[in-house]
Amino acid sequence: MSSNLNLLIGIAMGLNLVALASGRLPSLIRAAAMQGVVIGVLPLLMHSEFHWLVAAVSAGTVVVKGFVIPSLLQRALRAAHIDREMEPLIGFIPSLLLGAAASIGAIGFAGALPLRPEHAGVLLVPGAFATVVCGFLLLMGRTKAISQVCGYLLLENGIFLFGLLLIRSTPLIVEAGILLDLTVAVFVIGIIVDRIQREFDTLDTRKLTALRE
Amino acid sequence: MKELLVILAPFAGAIAALAWPREGTRRRLLPVVGAAHAVLTGWLLVDPPAAVEGSWIGFDAVSRAVLPAVSLLFLVCSFYGLSYLRLRPERGNRIFVASLCGLLGLLSLSLQAQHLGLLWVSVEAATLSTVPLLHFNRTGRAVEAAWKYLLIGGTGIALSLLGSFCLGYASLVGTGGGDLTFAALGREGAALSRPWVLAAWVLLLVGYGTKMGLAPMHTWKPDAYGEAPGIVGALLAGGMTTAAFVAILRVRQVVDAAGEGLVANRTLLVLGLFSMVVAALFLLGTPDFKRMLAYSSVEHMGILSVGAALGVGGLVASLFHVWSNSITKGALFLSAGNMRRAAGSSRVPEATGMVWLTPVSARVFAVGVFAITACPPFGPFFSELQVVRAASAAGQTGAMFLFLGCLLLAFLGLTRLAFSVLDGRPRRSADASRDRFRETAGILVPPLVFLAASLWLGLATPEWLRGLWDEAARTLTYPG
Repeated sequence: MSSNLNLLIGIAMGLNLVALASGRLPSLIRAAAMQGVVIGVLPLLMHSEFHWLVAAVSAGTVVVKGFVIPSLLQRALRAAHIDREMEPLIGFIPSLLLGAAASIGAIGFAGALPLRPEHAGVLLVPGAFATVVCGFLLLMGRTKAISQVCGYLLLENGIFLFGLLLIRSTPLIVEAGILLDLTVAVFVIGIIVDRIQREFDTLDTRKLTALRE
Repeated sequence: MKELLVILAPFAGAIAALAWPREGTRRRLLPVVGAAHAVLTGWLLVDPPAAVEGSWIGFDAVSRAVLPAVSLLFLVCSFYGLSYLRLRPERGNRIFVASLCGLLGLLSLSLQAQHLGLLWVSVEAATLSTVPLLHFNRTGRAVEAAWKYLLIGGTGIALSLLGSFCLGYASLVGTGGGDLTFAALGREGAALSRPWVLAAWVLLLVGYGTKMGLAPMHTWKPDAYGEAPGIVGALLAGGMTTAAFVAILRVRQVVDAAGEGLVANRTLLVLGLFSMVVAALFLLGTPDFKRMLAYSSVEHMGILSVGAALGVGGLVASLFHVWSNSITKGALFLSAGNMRRAAGSSRVPEATGMVWLTPVSARVFAVGVFAITACPPFGPFFSELQVVRAASAAGQTGAMFLFLGCLLLAFLGLTRLAFSVLDGRPRRSADASRDRFRETAGILVPPLVFLAASLWLGLATPEWLRGLWDEAARTLTYPG
């Protein structure tokens, strides 16, 4: 059980590095979406017996993080005609190195914290901290709005990973994390609305000059 | 049940605003909601509901000490909103009115939340509901401000969720209970796992500190307050920050119960003093009077945080300061909003000679600046004096002198900018501006009421209010 869990968390941590290394927005969005699906499956693997709240968290996460938000981001990308290349503030190689260092550091840091017996030997805590740090790196190290949103998604995925420690005792608070996805949705809507408004503005000025003799 | 009404009434107002068909009369909902909320809060004060063990929502001593301030702030602001929205017929106000009412409901919820998760949900939802308020002017700068607010505030709120998880896990590792109400967490006390409590404290302090606007997480504040309408600035500076501060106080109480109160107090003191230093330095340089109010807000959040670090006496002073700061900032933001509309700008070379352009607002602003920089006999003087006393009683002499030094620097910065805005020759001729912008009673009375309330708080602080602060401060400290 815990080896399957660790395999998936390992994949999620690998996707952090893929996200940090992506040079183009569509591949960054794909990495974040895949990570969303991977971590969405985790709650089902955590415990052998079936519980409907846990299943609901899992299904909701896969749908929202894996499909709804990525498709919204793709739409924003099309609506806004954003240039797909990224202009990093922190270069790709340095951010990869920092991300790898964060992953190793997270494993060391997590070793210093006490865990419940059933969570010992599971990579949830280091995976969560590594993903949060990589999310921060993307948030700070990229200039494009959409890449910042992807950084925020990673940050949120890391928090979700951590929340899995609590999913048995207090599933509701973990579910509340869905509000963070709402924040992301507001971000994306903001990008789309802003662009559309700007296009209306230019349309209006063109009309104004057309009316002149 | 009564304590739920104070949350549900504003939500009902928000739904009514969304459904209201007529653009011209929708704004009248604001004073109706504000008055209903004030009446309900008064009812709660007179006839407090019995505390229910294990309840997620409760009108406890802390909410009793703070919720009336938010209610008063909203009530007066709602009358200003009535006149303000009449001046802005070109902007649709459906979302604006609904967001304002929703914000009031969510603030009432977060001040009464007795559960870690519910507290987080309410603060997160309140953050989201303020985004359309910041975006109201739809200028490029307003979009930028809203974006920064959402990005920085959203990151802060995400970290506070992580912190909440850590605190939950501290309880799980300790006793294995999954009850995340503050009362239950406090009862677990020393049984909570210390390393996780410390991790939670750092994350929650950074997270809610971002919402509160403590330096160095304050960077969204100048942009947001600079671009938002005055009424939104007043509600953010007096309401949103108060909710975040109360969240920090409630978490501090749990950390204190777990035996790490010393660490919590020390970090609050350092962060508070750092905020005051940063704000004082920025106040000396900014040329924009609305951004100036934002830095002043950072400074006052620092004062709250310093007070919270100084034991019962400091906590009483902080709760007093929540009132005096919210109410005085109300006068400043509303009068600054009037001046901004008259001058067409809030930066110094463009906006000068406001005494001629907007005589009454400019005078309210000047008096408000003196009030907020702790000139007697206004409220902030007495609450800040109480913080200083608490610092000297706690033996924090160094902190006390740094505190006083920052107050002096902030005084210099605020008065320097305020007088270069008020004095001088108006850029626009006074007559032309009078055609464009008229100071009506509707936009003058609310800031005057705030100023009067600040004076009342300073000169004749009611005994029942002092009693509420004392009681709240005692419940917020761990007796052991």
